[in-house]
Amino acid sequence: MRYPILVAGLLASFPAIAQEKPILSVYTYDSFITEWGPGPAVEAAFEETCGCDLQFVAAGDGAALLARLKLEGARSDADIVLGLDTNLMQAARETGLFAPHGREDLPLDLPVTWSDDTFVPFDWGYFAFVHNADMADVPGDFRSLGASDATIVIQDPRSSTPGLGLLLWVKAAYGDDAPSIWEALADNIVTVTPGWSEAYGLFLEGEADMVLSYTTSPAYHLIAEEDASKTAALFSEGHYMQIEVAAKLAASDQPDLADAFLDFMVSDAFQTVIPKTNWMYPAVVPEGGMPGGFDTLIQPDRALIYPADEAAALRDKALDEWLTALSR
Amino acid sequence: MADRAQPLGPGVWVGVFAAATIPALILLTAAAVATSADVGRGLAPSDWAAIRFTVWQAFLSAVLSVALAVPVSRALARRRFRGRGVLVTLLGAPFLLPVIVAIFGLLAIFGRGGVLNAGLDLLGLPPVSIYGLHGVVLAHVFFNLPLATRLILQGWQDVPAERFRLAATLDMDASAVNRHLERPMLMRVLPGAFLVIFVICTTSFAVALTLGGGPRATTIELAIYQALRFEFDLSRAALLSVVQLAITGVAAFLALRYIHADGFGAGRDRIVQRWDARSRSLKVQDTVWIALAALFLLLPLVAAVVRGAPALTTLPASVWYATLRSLGVALASTAFVVAMTLLIATASVRLGTRGRLLETAALSAIAASPLVVGTGLFILIHPVADPARLALPVTALVNGFVTLPFALRAVLPALRMIEADYGRLADTLGLTGWARLRLLVLPRLRRPLGFAAGLAAALSMGDLGVIALFADPNSATLPMQVYRLMGAYRTNDAAGAALLLLIVSLVLFWIFDRGGRSDAHT
Repeated sequence: MRYPILVAGLLASFPAIAQEKPILSVYTYDSFITEWGPGPAVEAAFEETCGCDLQFVAAGDGAALLARLKLEGARSDADIVLGLDTNLMQAARETGLFAPHGREDLPLDLPVTWSDDTFVPFDWGYFAFVHNADMADVPGDFRSLGASDATIVIQDPRSSTPGLGLLLWVKAAYGDDAPSIWEALADNIVTVTPGWSEAYGLFLEGEADMVLSYTTSPAYHLIAEEDASKTAALFSEGHYMQIEVAAKLAASDQPDLADAFLDFMVSDAFQTVIPKTNWMYPAVVPEGGMPGGFDTLIQPDRALIYPADEAAALRDKALDEWLTALSR
Repeated sequence: MADRAQPLGPGVWVGVFAAATIPALILLTAAAVATSADVGRGLAPSDWAAIRFTVWQAFLSAVLSVALAVPVSRALARRRFRGRGVLVTLLGAPFLLPVIVAIFGLLAIFGRGGVLNAGLDLLGLPPVSIYGLHGVVLAHVFFNLPLATRLILQGWQDVPAERFRLAATLDMDASAVNRHLERPMLMRVLPGAFLVIFVICTTSFAVALTLGGGPRATTIELAIYQALRFEFDLSRAALLSVVQLAITGVAAFLALRYIHADGFGAGRDRIVQRWDARSRSLKVQDTVWIALAALFLLLPLVAAVVRGAPALTTLPASVWYATLRSLGVALASTAFVVAMTLLIATASVRLGTRGRLLETAALSAIAASPLVVGTGLFILIHPVADPARLALPVTALVNGFVTLPFALRAVLPALRMIEADYGRLADTLGLTGWARLRLLVLPRLRRPLGFAAGLAAALSMGDLGVIALFADPNSATLPMQVYRLMGAYRTNDAAGAALLLLIVSLVLFWIFDRGGRSDAHT
């Protein structure tokens, strides 16, 4: 007599078997899936239409994400990897784990043209030095920053993606003069932190006048904290970009769902979530426009970015220059 | 110690096995990392610079921590005052702090915008900068002075009250007591304390980089991070991790040979009274040392409390769930540590001088790179199970391994003395196995064991070394949650969650430590 109850109980404890919904596994970085990140809203919106179970798996930051994927190799359960950036793209491509997205022209609103056949952008931002609005004599380029007394906190390019972004920013703006720029900056740098969180925290605690972050950082303080005291410095050389991308795994057992997710990713439902959760620019401007407050942000005149293969090729040399200049 | 009245029992072999699992796990994970990729480019010149810097800053940090801990612990050992117990617990707090909380606490005092520079500015003096080698050493002393103080204080408390009574009868003054009682005790305790702190400092990563002021302050652990994450040069990461282990091996070889196992003879566990320390100048001297240590260690904590308190009541629910998860991890790893400590310590003492090998084996747990161990475990687990499901058990296990050396350091000297003082008597009585543990060892080991359990619990709350690769959305521990809040711009909530972490760690430590001291008067 009790068997039917037991069976019902067993079935209920294996919802995957009971409902047989396909699972789409999305690997992403840690801050994407927290309650403050885009994850929860994205999951709810996609599950409304896909008839599937979207499961996020988080692994540290973008670099850790790629490392995890390499460790798992072709055995990986991942269907989609979301959260690599242009600096990691070349290494990601060389793994051979990803499949082309197969779309002719993506409806993107990036300041640069995008023609990659594998990786699809979902948001982007400009690196910038963020400072308090009441700061006097805000430098307008790297040369005047180096000549000034302004103190800055930056991230280590060996352990952090913004740190690597700054390395390429200086390289893109100054080429062979990059070492002299770094030598001039050396006495402005209060310290170099392993990641973005530590650097931004040091800045908020008053340890430096400026911190390497994004032009969109002041929007967080303005919108979420109603605090207009932070702003970013506009540099005349132009600002280096970070473009965050996602791609489909070649070994995915849900290729159709994965395709549907990539379409969903550049649709309004996903893109409207980005500005006020990831605090970046959405890859496609939402139909309702950007949230109020984003219009107050600085607008760089020039977007700087190396193609993924060039960035990868330049990295070691730029890193050596950085180490040499700052180790003196 | 060398002559053994009874043959080595099975318990010794269990203890040897337990100790051997630690280097085995470390080598296994390093091998898993090394063999899962093609051969990389080996050690670069910059790696050698990192190795030199790592050893140098760890040496300075350990020497300073131990040197400062001697007068502080002597002052605490020979003074009785109201609130002494609370002060001793609080002085231990920095060691239990998560790195990021400690850094921000220190900056609130020593940073550019900190209290110290505000004071210097008022006096018209130029500001001092915390960033550089001195900043790294300052932070490491802040972390490890508490540990050194507790380990040495333990040594002081292990001197039986009868010795001081005898010294008083013989009319010894403070310097004579120092010569006859304190110096031999210090000779026994200091090398071990130095070694543990040296090893902790060799795996420094965030402290060294953040306060080091730039790439000059590159440690081996940062080179490992770079190799693992940005270059995916796994064999180089494994190689660097072996270098880190080798440094510890050499340091252990040099330090442990100075550890002497001579006891003070048996006492009757009375309350210690210090007739030798009653002079006014010694009282002033001790008061100054205690006050200085309290200022140095507690001000950054006060800063963390002040910073975090406003957000404490409005923390998001996820922080409280993370706290529960961390508590579970901490308690599980504490049980594991206590069992392992008793097994290894007993075997180590029974084996005499050869037993030091066991302690060195355990020490490898703090010398191992958490990044390499985490990656290696991931490589080993992934083919057979979903790593995310095992995130919490793996964290508890690895935290336990990492805490074990501290627990051993706290328990071993005391156990060695118990065996030196009472061992022969117990052997004569045929007291072995469980009965020996219950009747002889445990009652005398309560205090160090309680301390060790408290340390294990508190450290397991704070550690987040290996979990990063395993984490899934629903298994964040409290330290991870602090980082997630920081990463989401929520610095006020992060400060609140960090304060919560500090409180829970301290309370856990206090409960276990108190439990161990419940019948003691010191």
